[in-house]
Amino acid sequence: MSKNPEFVKFDKVDKSYDGKVLVVKDLQLDIAEGEFITMLGPSGSGKTTCLMMLAGFETPTHGEILLDGNIISNIPPHKRGIGMVFQNYALFPHMTVYENLAFPLRVRKVEKDEIDKKVDKALSMVSLNGFETRMPAQLSGGQQQRVAVARALVFDPAVVLMDEPLGALDKNLRESMQYEIKHIHESIGVTVVYVTHDQSEALTMSNRIAVFNDGKVQQLSNPAELYEKPVNSFVAEFIGENNTFNGEVVDIAKDKCKVKLENSEILANPISVKSKGEKTTVSLRPERALINPTDKMDNMFTGKIEEVIYHGDHTRVRLNLLGSSEFILKVPNSTSNLELKVSEDINIGWNSTDARALDPK
Amino acid sequence: MSSEIKQILTTDGIPLEVSLKKAEKKNKIKAFLLVAPLLLFLIITYVFPIGEMFSRSIDDKMITNMLPKTFKEMEKWDGQELPPEEVFTAFYYDFKVLVEKQEHGKLGQRLNKEKNGFNSITKKLFRQVKRKKIDESISIKEQIMKVHKRWRTVEYWQAIKRTAPPYTMSKYLKGMDMYYAADGSITQVDEDRRIHRILWLRTLEIAFFVTLFCFLMGYPIAHLLATLPMKYSNLLMICVLLPFWTSLLVRTASWMILLQQQGVVNDFFVMIGLVADDNRPEMMYNKVGTYVAMTQILLPFMVLPLYSVMKTISPSLMRAGKSLGGTPFVAFYKVYFPLTIPGIGAGCLLVFILAIGYYITPALVGGASGTLISNQIAFHMKQTLDWSFASAMGLMLLSGVLVIYWIYNKLVGVDNIKLG
Repeated sequence: MSKNPEFVKFDKVDKSYDGKVLVVKDLQLDIAEGEFITMLGPSGSGKTTCLMMLAGFETPTHGEILLDGNIISNIPPHKRGIGMVFQNYALFPHMTVYENLAFPLRVRKVEKDEIDKKVDKALSMVSLNGFETRMPAQLSGGQQQRVAVARALVFDPAVVLMDEPLGALDKNLRESMQYEIKHIHESIGVTVVYVTHDQSEALTMSNRIAVFNDGKVQQLSNPAELYEKPVNSFVAEFIGENNTFNGEVVDIAKDKCKVKLENSEILANPISVKSKGEKTTVSLRPERALINPTDKMDNMFTGKIEEVIYHGDHTRVRLNLLGSSEFILKVPNSTSNLELKVSEDINIGWNSTDARALDPK
Repeated sequence: MSSEIKQILTTDGIPLEVSLKKAEKKNKIKAFLLVAPLLLFLIITYVFPIGEMFSRSIDDKMITNMLPKTFKEMEKWDGQELPPEEVFTAFYYDFKVLVEKQEHGKLGQRLNKEKNGFNSITKKLFRQVKRKKIDESISIKEQIMKVHKRWRTVEYWQAIKRTAPPYTMSKYLKGMDMYYAADGSITQVDEDRRIHRILWLRTLEIAFFVTLFCFLMGYPIAHLLATLPMKYSNLLMICVLLPFWTSLLVRTASWMILLQQQGVVNDFFVMIGLVADDNRPEMMYNKVGTYVAMTQILLPFMVLPLYSVMKTISPSLMRAGKSLGGTPFVAFYKVYFPLTIPGIGAGCLLVFILAIGYYITPALVGGASGTLISNQIAFHMKQTLDWSFASAMGLMLLSGVLVIYWIYNKLVGVDNIKLG
């Protein structure tokens, strides 16, 4: 069975609410069948608007949205056959769990026996059998969330949209629900479009992540690539932590460039810089810098420890390095722990491939 | 296993319950003292007047106090034939006291209400007593019977006996167009005189339709209010509330200006050619006027509870309904509408109860066919001065409202009502 790589297609979509500001700019996005794609971005970046356009609650100002090759811009929401999980679950408070799940089937005039069967199956998928007669208000947040997921899946939609569905849950529950949703996705192979502003959620669950900012997709790639190889400084900043150096390119080769900082020079990996003289922001993940490196590394410096914060599984060290006192190091805590003391000097080294010279901030 | 629950003690050995009560006693007293003035106010302004109304509506002590000896003797009389000598004697002595106090006229009037013809025969008896023509040493029965032939008729004595109880339901019967017949049975008044029943039915009918119109008009307004962006909804809210802040009388008067035969609405109809100039419809001094004015005046009472309920309904519910495959109508009918029922309940109850006791508007624009039961109550309070009848009808109205509330509670459930 070949999967359609353009199952959902945003084709040059623009969206403006007031005719002055574009909330979504020239969006070009293909979503493959059975894929779990996450739209990640800060609030106001246009990700929810994209979801609403796909669901049919907003119309694109320009461009088309295609579902399985058909233009759906003029199809009303109830005919699109897209399941949706809302931010606050949007369970019908006057209906029992069973009635909530039966709603999409009843409006489709499904036979009673068939409804029972499907509701039962959907509930067992979220392990909520036996909760049929409960009212939503009698359920905990996590249970309500599962009902909402089950309801969005019960009528076998081709695509399921999830709009920050875990936002209202506490941290532990949120994490377990992330895995649960991921497993459900894997077991039934439905296409999921997931919207969140929580990067760890996006990294955990998705096949691919589209990072939104300012109405545009900044980067679309799988979680590992997104974290390891951000293409611009917004993505580098938004996903995970990173240390930045602002400077100017003074020498450039194929896979290395020399960046001049205020009073020193570092070697970096040229990603978005092309020529000498360009301004750049160099981004380095905190865990890529090593303390007292044994091997020879491209960049070797000495810094002064400003602050040591114990985080349980790792220790964060803030250094004064290369004229900046905001350089962060993440040191995993192990039995052979290093003695890190404030105001001591320590040697730091990193490879130029990990220091990505991106567009200037 | 012992069925007794082990008593939990605090550290110093006092049972926990006692300790808790003691700790909370002070707060309870404080709380009570805080509400005490309001409680007192409610008792004075609400419980007492209603109690007073009730006692006035059933009070019939006047004759009971006037003829104490007579009624005592009458207890032994079976009421089939003319009463025995003792009753006549007792009646004579009671009457003599009344004559001395000059209250015999009141007795005649009151008894006349019970049976026509009493007025003249009490006057006749009065003259005999006044001139001391009655010889107390011989049979008083014979002498009274000679005064007028009616004193010899058993129906008149039966009428007196009927007035014996200090309380009567006759005012309530009157409110339902019924009365006690001569033999004490409850009888309906002649068909062409049954005005109260028409009024009750009309009151219910007008209250029902006004509620319906308010609902039909208020629901979309409330929905619009709840969904519009703040800057427009505030303006609309003011539009809804503005008439609310205007004097009731002013609003009713402006409806009079609008609806009268030479009024604005009729002028407009004539202008657009809807009606002929010499055939202007009457829109006032009938039910139409009452409907129009009352609907407009009571509309905010429907809109506000509906609005407060609709405001709490998340717009994502309608979206969920649609995304799950419901057409907009199905999503509305299955999802949105059931959630607004508490507001509908509160609004309808408010409007209905207010409408059922409405007075000023029907009095001004209702005319003959548009007046309600409260206008009748006012009429008896101010014109006929039959306060006990007015009280009786007031109480009937109150109990009617309570019955409606009870039925409503059975149907909708008071827990489902949300007033704000």
